[in-house]
Amino acid sequence: MSFLSLTNIKKSFGPVQVVHDFNMGIEKGEFVSFLGPSGCGKTTILRMIAGFETPSGGSIFIDGKDQGALKPNQRNIGMVFQAYALFPNMNVHDNVAFGLKVAGTSKTDIDIRVKQMLGLIKLEHLADRFPYQLSGGQQQRVALARALAVKPQVLLLDEPLSALDAKIRISLREEIRQIQQQLGITTVFVTHDQEEALSISDRIVVMNAGRADQIGTPFEIYNTPATRFVASFVGTLNIIEAKVADPAAGSITIGNQPVTLREPIAGLNGGDTISLALRPEAGSIAEGAKGDASISGEVVSTSFLGSVIRTRLRVGSDIISFDMFNNPGIIPPASGENVTLRFAAKDLLVIRE
Amino acid sequence: MKKIWAWGALLFGILYFTLPLVGMTNFSLKMRRGEYSFDAYAKVFGDPRFQETFTYSVTQALFTIVFGVLLVVPTAYWIRLKLPGLRPYVEFVTLLPLVIPAIVIVFGYIRLYNTSSWLPLTGSAFGTNILLMFGYATLALPYMYRAVDTGLRTIDVATLTEAAQSLGAGWATILARIILPNVLVAVLSGAFLTFAIVIGEFTMAALLNRPAFGPYMQLLGANRAYEPAALAVIAFGITWGCLGLIQLVSRFQKSAPPKA
Repeated sequence: MSFLSLTNIKKSFGPVQVVHDFNMGIEKGEFVSFLGPSGCGKTTILRMIAGFETPSGGSIFIDGKDQGALKPNQRNIGMVFQAYALFPNMNVHDNVAFGLKVAGTSKTDIDIRVKQMLGLIKLEHLADRFPYQLSGGQQQRVALARALAVKPQVLLLDEPLSALDAKIRISLREEIRQIQQQLGITTVFVTHDQEEALSISDRIVVMNAGRADQIGTPFEIYNTPATRFVASFVGTLNIIEAKVADPAAGSITIGNQPVTLREPIAGLNGGDTISLALRPEAGSIAEGAKGDASISGEVVSTSFLGSVIRTRLRVGSDIISFDMFNNPGIIPPASGENVTLRFAAKDLLVIRE
Repeated sequence: MKKIWAWGALLFGILYFTLPLVGMTNFSLKMRRGEYSFDAYAKVFGDPRFQETFTYSVTQALFTIVFGVLLVVPTAYWIRLKLPGLRPYVEFVTLLPLVIPAIVIVFGYIRLYNTSSWLPLTGSAFGTNILLMFGYATLALPYMYRAVDTGLRTIDVATLTEAAQSLGAGWATILARIILPNVLVAVLSGAFLTFAIVIGEFTMAALLNRPAFGPYMQLLGANRAYEPAALAVIAFGITWGCLGLIQLVSRFQKSAPPKA
């Protein structure tokens, strides 16, 4: 059994079922992110682990112990909230010490532990400040220290970076990951930001309408999305509608242009429609670009995005975007120009619904 | 032209409210013929019944405040946290003392808790004191509930509760160490209003025959000339003192300084 085991978890609010038979095992020390749009059930699962919601069915085990009968304050879980949730009447020291005081830890041990925790988040000098005297980033770091001070078995992070500005968000997510690795604490992180999930997770669970569409490493999730939803939610993706020409040979046509896939197409007949996914960074129009497949089309528009230039190409009835690195020496194609996009056939993924 | 009317209205308002007070204060200082003196005040303060009734009412006020806080804070907290749908109904119930006269409430008490009832609270002074305290708490309920509820609105009750729970805290710890300290200003506002109500209340104390400050003021007013005016000024001072304390505490809380 995994360190944190979720078996057949269901949750309904009245007639609405928000989580459907969710199963997952999380190993000790693993950092798992739940990624998905609002209302997909990711926070509900987190709250069920914390004990704030009772599952309508299924079981949750932590280190072999059934959590079903335990109240939230009886579970050894640390939680960080989107809204920081620091106690406004306590200063930083007392906030971090709160869980230890509740547990009846001696004053000397509390002082030592609080010092350790504030050292970990590099805020020892702000021990006497009240929450209203701290910035959002500082408040969230204190909330992290407070959650970790009680040495929880599992750390739950409920969109902890959502309320912060972009720069702080990036630095704090790296800090969270570093602290998590340093302490080796099992962590569940809920976010709707794919970049956050991809950058700090060992594994990602992509949630869709109360179900896990795919569970995998960031590399797997990004490069081999299992469903159309995962493909469209994680990263930017071109969804191309193609016609199957010869399923056994893997032959298709995109806007009447033949392309051959790496593998035969199972379960479809000639003339059927098929959805394919192609990442914008997978193709190139540069001269001498490598790729065993190509399609030609008319440039619709070109957008400058800083480090990359995104070009939109019309191929038949599809619009395909592709990115190229910004290089002052290369002039982007003009609208109306005809270009040939080269890519590896293996990058063209068949998408299930 | 508009400004003149506005200033005129303001002046009229100020005179309307302050002239009776000025007249009453002036009268209370005229006990000694031909000169201003504090004789009426000295007589009031020197009266053992003043000390006795005032001490009684202050004690009752303190117990009422403690009872009110213990009743209202957990109730308002629970309603906000778990039963938000019940809020309009609870608000309605807390407003009832404003529309039901005190005399109706106290007659109900006497009928329910008389010496031949199953709970004969009026059978002893201690029991009647408790009954009176409950009555005061009922009269103060609209103010106390609103003050606490407004205080709870300023904090994220649900998230703070969950944060405390995730750190191992039970309900009593959460209420005592998280919720109550964060609504302290609101609780104090409610407490001072309760204090002002209890100090001046007449009907309940008179009908339950307890030696409270309200009946003493009425008794003095019926039998003396200058002392009631002095007493009214004193009672007015106490009320304004309470309101001043609310302001002071509110300001103190806003600028809570970090520990040195």
